[in-house]
Amino acid sequence: MTRRTFLRHSTVGALGACAVCAGVADGSIAASAATDATRIGTLVDVTRCIGCRACVRACNQRNGLPQPEKPSTVWNGPVEELNFGRWTTVNLQGTPANGAAVPVKRQCMHCLEPACVSVCPVAALQQLPNGVVMYRKERCIGCRYCMFACPFGIPKFEWEASLDPEIGKCQFCAQHAVFTGPACAQACPTGALKFGSRQALLAEAKARIHVRPERYRDHVYGEHEAGGTAWLYLSSRSFSDLGFNTQLPRFGLPRLTWVALKLVPGVVIALVIVLTSVSFRMGRLAQQAAVHDRT
Amino acid sequence: MIEVFFILAYAIIVAAFVRSKTHLRLHTRLEVLLLASAALAVGLYALTQRMTQGLGATTHLSDSFPWGIWISVDLCGIALASGGFILAGIVHLFRVHRLEPILRPTVLTAFIAYQLVAAILVLDLGRPLRFWHPLVMWQHHSVMFEITLCLALYTVVLALEFSPVLFEYLGFHRAVEALQKMTLPVVMAGVILSTLHQSSFGSLFLIVPQKLSPYWYTPILPILFLLSAVCAGLGVALLECVLFERAAGGERLDAGIVPMLARWTSRALMLYVIVRLTDLLVRGSWRAVFQHPWLDASLAVEIIAGSLLPALWLGRIAKRNAHQAAAAAVTVLGGVVWHRLNVSWFGLIPASGVFYVPSWLEIAITLALVMIGILVFIAAAQLLPVFPRR
Repeated sequence: MTRRTFLRHSTVGALGACAVCAGVADGSIAASAATDATRIGTLVDVTRCIGCRACVRACNQRNGLPQPEKPSTVWNGPVEELNFGRWTTVNLQGTPANGAAVPVKRQCMHCLEPACVSVCPVAALQQLPNGVVMYRKERCIGCRYCMFACPFGIPKFEWEASLDPEIGKCQFCAQHAVFTGPACAQACPTGALKFGSRQALLAEAKARIHVRPERYRDHVYGEHEAGGTAWLYLSSRSFSDLGFNTQLPRFGLPRLTWVALKLVPGVVIALVIVLTSVSFRMGRLAQQAAVHDRT
Repeated sequence: MIEVFFILAYAIIVAAFVRSKTHLRLHTRLEVLLLASAALAVGLYALTQRMTQGLGATTHLSDSFPWGIWISVDLCGIALASGGFILAGIVHLFRVHRLEPILRPTVLTAFIAYQLVAAILVLDLGRPLRFWHPLVMWQHHSVMFEITLCLALYTVVLALEFSPVLFEYLGFHRAVEALQKMTLPVVMAGVILSTLHQSSFGSLFLIVPQKLSPYWYTPILPILFLLSAVCAGLGVALLECVLFERAAGGERLDAGIVPMLARWTSRALMLYVIVRLTDLLVRGSWRAVFQHPWLDASLAVEIIAGSLLPALWLGRIAKRNAHQAAAAAVTVLGGVVWHRLNVSWFGLIPASGVFYVPSWLEIAITLALVMIGILVFIAAAQLLPVFPRR
């Protein structure tokens, strides 16, 4: 066998080994203890929101975040973007061509398969058994991969801190010792926010659409987006018109990375086998060539 | 660690320069030293600012664009450093001993580049002092964790691969012999670790299908990154040939080496271009044409000037013409760098809604680190038996 034919054979062998390993590797995603039965959620009925921002004030208070100087509503106050110190906002949304703008609340969606949890190299973001995506600041290294990966643009960085910045995002108020639901839902005066089991809320959302089809779009935002989220939205306007990303895949984003990452053990095994045989074989060939040269 | 390296390197170069110009193999000129000193002084100031004022005050990063030029530079640096594992694999596993003369400078380049990449990664962290957390707090679903682990292990591999040079210089012959017995497993570990993390730098972007332009988002990003790293590694090996001829004081390389490397680089690049174009066609990326004309231009530059042109050019270098091959190799590196800038920067701009341009402090720190790398290389080349003695 010459060096060239050996190389050809070994290439075929390597590709075969990789293919076998790829087939054998299991495709499961980060297993969380959360199940459909244990997951909590919040239903946001956009049609019932009056834009009073009581939820924002309650959130700031419960979580020790800075309150705006002047209490405002969406009708008399400035646009408030999410940032490190503001975990939820209500702002007017909607293109004027489709009617008057309506107030829409934004906060972390608490994905069922969170991209942030899957990308964090130190597990500073974790999913609790009730589905809440919790941030553990004592682990965080500030790499900002969660911000990069989040399909909803939720995690925010403490840019002003010099050596000890943290990530700021809605924790569903589950970081407090006694958890009775998020402060925003408790503060809502109109019932636009309803806290409960995600399963029950999804059923209720569908029932509301069924009873009042003229009032609601036939779309519960968060049922399938990015594999589903704990926060669910009902609206009379199309969600893309309200600034929601409606182009997201219907599966959990971590799957996209895991497709590649799950191959690591197989690739290692395949390379060990192939490289060992290549090295051994090439050494033999080199020896033979040396003997041949001498004679 | 990098600071110690740097101070040593700087001292050695300055001492060598002051003593006699004839000792300098790589023709270090006074202007280079002055330029380097200026870059380092500005870089040191920028670094102090970054450490005391925080990322918000010193960079143009924001909640809308959380990763900037430092991540891009890391992606490019890691590709340029891939020559280390490719050449070590070719020489020690495939027993192509003809290439041995350029192995030492290539491994040295890789070792320095990995130190710099690690330094920039740590600088980019919000909490640099916690750089060790991933090594302790494993999260095996994270690409970033896998990369950190591979980088840490591969740095050890590179140190083992390069340490015989140091021990040879110090006269520790027993240590050199012991290390030579370990060569095969060490090189093999290097090839495996590199295959994993070179591709994983592409996997970093698999999680953002809705943010990265369809020109650059593809499920085969890890394969593209591995292939382009191989192209870049071979390109760097070609450049080391030119360096060798300048530094080795009249000693010439085997006449077949440059055409052989040029041929391999050309083939690797052809394979990369074919995979890249097939992927663009299969995914129907032409539908994104004219949405952002400047992205169309960026794609055209990347593929035509950065991949197709050097692939054809290198395929025609049949004779031993190191300088022409080096020019072509620079084009290859440019193409790989441009692809990675597209993936980690330009292709992300439309969806982010902001036009990120790095601040001068970000650029100053980057340039200073690159300058440190060049100085350490020159110092090592002066002092250690990296190139054959005159």
